[in-house]
Amino acid sequence: MSEDFFIPDPEGRVPSAEGYFGRFGGKFIPEALVAAVDEVAVEYDKAKSDPAFAAELNELLVHYTGRPSPLTEVPRFARHAGGARVFLKREDLNHTGSHKINNVLGQALLTKRMGKTRVIAETGAGQHGVATATACALFGLECTIYMGEVDTERQALNVARMRILGAEVIPVKSGSRTLKDAINEAFRDWVANVDRTHYLFGTVAGPHPFPAMVRDFHRVIGVEARRQILERAGRLPDVVAACVGGGSNAIGLFHAFIPDEGVRLLGLEAAGHGVDSGEHAATLTVGEPGILHGSRSYVLQDDEGQITEPYSISAGLDYPGIGPEHAYLKETGRAEYRPVTDDEAMQSLRLLSRTEGIIPAIESAHALAGALQIGRELGEEGLVLVNLSGRGDKDMDTAARYFGLYDEAEGAQR
Amino acid sequence: MSGQIELLDRTLAGARTEGRAALVAYLPAGFPTVEGGIEAAKAALEGGADVVEIGLPHSDPVLDGPVIQTADDIALRGGVRIKDVLRTVREAHAATGKPILVMTYWNPVDRYGAERFAAELAEAGGAGCILPDLPVEESEVWRKAAEQHGLATVFVVAPSSRDERLAKITAAGSGFVYAASLMGVTGTRESVGAEAADLVRRTRAQTELPVCVGLGVSDAAQAAEVAGFADGVIVGSAFVKRLLDAPDLERGLAGVRELAADLARGVRR
Repeated sequence: MSEDFFIPDPEGRVPSAEGYFGRFGGKFIPEALVAAVDEVAVEYDKAKSDPAFAAELNELLVHYTGRPSPLTEVPRFARHAGGARVFLKREDLNHTGSHKINNVLGQALLTKRMGKTRVIAETGAGQHGVATATACALFGLECTIYMGEVDTERQALNVARMRILGAEVIPVKSGSRTLKDAINEAFRDWVANVDRTHYLFGTVAGPHPFPAMVRDFHRVIGVEARRQILERAGRLPDVVAACVGGGSNAIGLFHAFIPDEGVRLLGLEAAGHGVDSGEHAATLTVGEPGILHGSRSYVLQDDEGQITEPYSISAGLDYPGIGPEHAYLKETGRAEYRPVTDDEAMQSLRLLSRTEGIIPAIESAHALAGALQIGRELGEEGLVLVNLSGRGDKDMDTAARYFGLYDEAEGAQR
Repeated sequence: MSGQIELLDRTLAGARTEGRAALVAYLPAGFPTVEGGIEAAKAALEGGADVVEIGLPHSDPVLDGPVIQTADDIALRGGVRIKDVLRTVREAHAATGKPILVMTYWNPVDRYGAERFAAELAEAGGAGCILPDLPVEESEVWRKAAEQHGLATVFVVAPSSRDERLAKITAAGSGFVYAASLMGVTGTRESVGAEAADLVRRTRAQTELPVCVGLGVSDAAQAAEVAGFADGVIVGSAFVKRLLDAPDLERGLAGVRELAADLARGVRR
């Protein structure tokens, strides 16, 4: 296999040397972390141009992750999308069940290069935590995962997976007890243990170089998908769609399509109970520029800069921030972002399951809801590519409760 | 109206003249209530603190340990606003004539407007501001506003800061340098660690600014140890803990006053 799967941005236009995508990004970190974050930037720069690093990562991406991931056309689902053709990029079929493994393997190799022996990470849905615990098991690294207490409950399966893999999972009880608070706690750990610890950040947010580095590790999604859809459909899609929490799977899909001006980039964010309900995580729809977790981007905040608590049925999208490159893509008009409610996402989850036999993660179901919407707008000539970023096993308890499946089953037994 | 940077400079110089370290206390505004927070700041100053840092509570205090997180949480649930923080500064300064700084995270100041915040802090009688998540590279907007309004910009240095960074940071700062003695978040610790002395020595090699040490000091013996090599001793979580552990505000304030007096004796040993 001579194909390359580690494909960092060849253009290298953004971010700037200071980590800015337009006016977004930067590095808002305490002095105690400056040396460590700079070390990550320097090591990543070296690794990026080191053929040995690319070779090692490629090897893993093929024989461990299972790349390239397939592109699946879903015609029975597409009937509900105004007759447009819909293809799914199957990141759910990667080892560990989501796109997260792409970034984790890259950063785990970097951790080894930096000579660090301990890895910490935050996780919302648990997908990044599981991927990190997996890589730590593979490389013999000590692993601590911070996860909001609310999320340890709604994603209990993933907590068990992480523990089986040998990771320590620490439920975070502060604030909204979700992803934002897990990140706060991971930062506190990093400040205290920075000498031997790498913070394996899971999304395209955080201080420079994380937004650019994590994007580079996920660029393979869009590069593969672009080639695959040209082969299968004979043309570029009208729209590429992905869910956005922090924004890693979306940037991974979008990035290779940015130069293709005819391709619309559509990010779907979690509208929870509706953007007017006050219970949502629709950062780009409702938020305003501010600083959270080390960079300037859009954030959900009040008039005095206090971060407001987000809400989504999806633990992975339940975050009041967003990667700075998405803020830049929104502001420049290159990408558009729409809100999707809990109900729309859950209906889409069930629809894909029943029409195609594919159970998506609730996160990815937000992207599917967006595809149904945009497909109806495009009509029968439309071609939509959706990133199916993760599989839904972890969400079966939430889904069973949402659809009342436990009661039905009990009733049937009686 | 200009801020009280000169009062801060004189206070720290005065301690140096007396051959001792200054005692700097940290207390969050709005904790346990806005009025209680004002009384706590006054109690620390009356007890013997030379300078007080008033915390502007933030929803996401990533640099604070559990004690200050808890206090911030109580303050925010009580509805503390920036006007309450400024009133705390005003009343603590008016009652004692001592220098008061604000310590917070960058987003609340950025959102409020750096210029507006600096102007209002100066007007309230504030002496400066500490923004530990605003690195020197991103600090120009704030520094301009602070300078224009007579406020100190106190930067934090850490054991991991290399000498060339110490030079860059201290050249941009004013008032004093905040040396974070241990790698870690705020909170009381058993021992202050030898790293602090080395950090102070390396920082002094770069600047004439006083160097105050924070993170980890909780009693008079530790204060005396730090006072042996630093220009100031910063104590936060230990004060907050006195208030958190007290059965009522009155006894909490007595605890704050008592700790300040104890630490003030420590820095004079």
